[in-house]
Amino acid sequence: MQKSRARAIYHDLLLAREFEQAAAEAYTQGKIAGFLHLYPGEEAVAVGTLHAADTGDYVVSTYREHVHALVRGIPARAVMAELFGRATGCSGGYGGSMHLFDRERRFLGGYAIVGETFTVAIGVGYWIAMNGYPDAVLCYFGDGAANQGTFHESLNMAALWKLPVLFVCENNHYQIGTEIHRHTAVPEIHRHGLAYGIPGRKVDGMDVLAVWEATREALRLIRDGAGPQLLECETYRYRGHSMADPGAYRSALEVAELAARDPVTQFERRACGDGWLRPEECEAIAARVREEVEDAVRFAEESPEPQRLEDFVYAEPFRLYGEESA
Amino acid sequence: MNRRRRSENLGLIAPVEARPEMQVWEALNLALDEALAEDEAVFILGEDVGLYGGSYRVTQGLYARYGEWRVRDTPISENSFTGLGVGAALVGGRPVVEIMTVNFALLALDSIINMAAKLRYMSGGQFTVPLVVRMPGGVAKQLAAQHSQRLEHTLANVPGLRILAPATPQDSYWQLRQAIDCDDPVVFLEHELLYGKKGPFDREAEPLPMHAAQVVRRGRDLTLIAWHRMVDVALEAARRLEDEDGVLAEVIDLRSLRPLDMPTLVASVTRTHRALVVEEDCRFAGFGAEIAAELSERCFTDLDAPIGRVAGADVPTPYNGRLEARSIPDATQVVQAVRRLLGPRE
Repeated sequence: MQKSRARAIYHDLLLAREFEQAAAEAYTQGKIAGFLHLYPGEEAVAVGTLHAADTGDYVVSTYREHVHALVRGIPARAVMAELFGRATGCSGGYGGSMHLFDRERRFLGGYAIVGETFTVAIGVGYWIAMNGYPDAVLCYFGDGAANQGTFHESLNMAALWKLPVLFVCENNHYQIGTEIHRHTAVPEIHRHGLAYGIPGRKVDGMDVLAVWEATREALRLIRDGAGPQLLECETYRYRGHSMADPGAYRSALEVAELAARDPVTQFERRACGDGWLRPEECEAIAARVREEVEDAVRFAEESPEPQRLEDFVYAEPFRLYGEESA
Repeated sequence: MNRRRRSENLGLIAPVEARPEMQVWEALNLALDEALAEDEAVFILGEDVGLYGGSYRVTQGLYARYGEWRVRDTPISENSFTGLGVGAALVGGRPVVEIMTVNFALLALDSIINMAAKLRYMSGGQFTVPLVVRMPGGVAKQLAAQHSQRLEHTLANVPGLRILAPATPQDSYWQLRQAIDCDDPVVFLEHELLYGKKGPFDREAEPLPMHAAQVVRRGRDLTLIAWHRMVDVALEAARRLEDEDGVLAEVIDLRSLRPLDMPTLVASVTRTHRALVVEEDCRFAGFGAEIAAELSERCFTDLDAPIGRVAGADVPTPYNGRLEARSIPDATQVVQAVRRLLGPRE
């Protein structure tokens, strides 16, 4: 591992953790409204997969996507401002927490209906394959989404036409409050790919390096023309499904057990132990992340709100009652 | 081997050429052929659109001419292949999705309503969705309740969509070309009983704007407002009213439901002072109610009678042929409604 890569991964893990803490705080202060789904515990998945992706690859994510956006390079300012509903947000204040977009970085959202990411991803994959482009699509979904019809429909089409899509399951074991053994007959999500001839692989989703390596391999296969791949990352979310969920359906012991394998401290130990990072370097990165997040909150608070209600509905605006077409 | 031979045979059926008289399906086929030829971003997908040539022949010959990537037969997965169209449209494609009937489009409403209609807005204008979703519908010939629906009421209420409903070969050609050129998602409603309808065709004629309504018969005594197959029903009623009652009915073909060309309707109704909406869909909370409400507000002082509506019966479409015919408006119903609307004449 290169030192620069280790530094970047460490930075992103910390940023993911700090950013979400700041978002939670802003939410309790009433500065962020709506639904807010946070990522602590799952950081290794977004960081590991996206560090293995090329800048030309497309990202299609779920409603728990702040960290994917950050790791993809959308500035913390733009992500936080979107959570605050400000015009400087990455969706101009029109999308909010669940609908982050960045055209330039090929970040295609933020989908809040479970199972939509599959269909968008195969559409992008179709366009890539039809044109013979070298890019791939990273499609994120949770364990609960594997129960949607679109999962099966889209995996079938992806395999049928060998589309360059990496399906990344963020298996945090809970479909909101329903534990995986109570929501699917086959809880090994990676095995679901077999029905469509898609190679599935399971990886420790608390270990950022394992996720990174597995993603690099999967993307190599995709670029070699092997067709879609399925990567199940076994992970855990420390908080409830959203800020509205106290998470009463699971024991404190379970959360503590998983927290003992925390992806951020795990990587920290490994990076220091293997000599990629010195303790003072870690401290410097942590200080930079704190400053970055504080700055993002400040920026969001000071940003203007969007003004125009009817902008952006149509690319070619018209009057609903046709005054211009008479 | 078998499959291959079939494919070669079908390849001999070419897309249709422009002629002075065409059927609706032919005009649609021509529009798709030209769009595929002119723009490599255009591709078609749907059930049996390729090798089979489309359930109503609308994609005939295109698979052989453009290949499987641009004319793609899909599995029976309406929501996912419509979502595929949305995804491709986000990154530069101009997909034309065919959903075999509007009834199946109910399975794809997530892709149409939750995604296609909202992605531009939710992304703060960063992304556009130049997607066309074609769907045949309406009451055809005894297809029973699950194959006879009209979904205007459901789709017209969704901000972010445009909805077209051509009734002639000429409009089918123009409006499909315009829909494919448009950077917004367009729901393109086709009527199953109109595919075989013949009409004059001129490829070189200057097209009407995509969303303009058209006065298809001039009159002075009242305005009949219709779209899709009900345009022909209204025209037949208008002929009978002239012959039998000496009443001159103006007939307007809406052509587009969203946006709705109110200026054309208002101009007509302020002259005729009476209007009747002829709607194949059910009356209750139907699209005709929107037209009637809007016209009442705009033309209140010009109206000599309340805006009338003739619409489908409030039942799932029955299989039995006679019952089916009773479930949707015909010219006789329209004539009777007009007579009621005009009242006793001196």
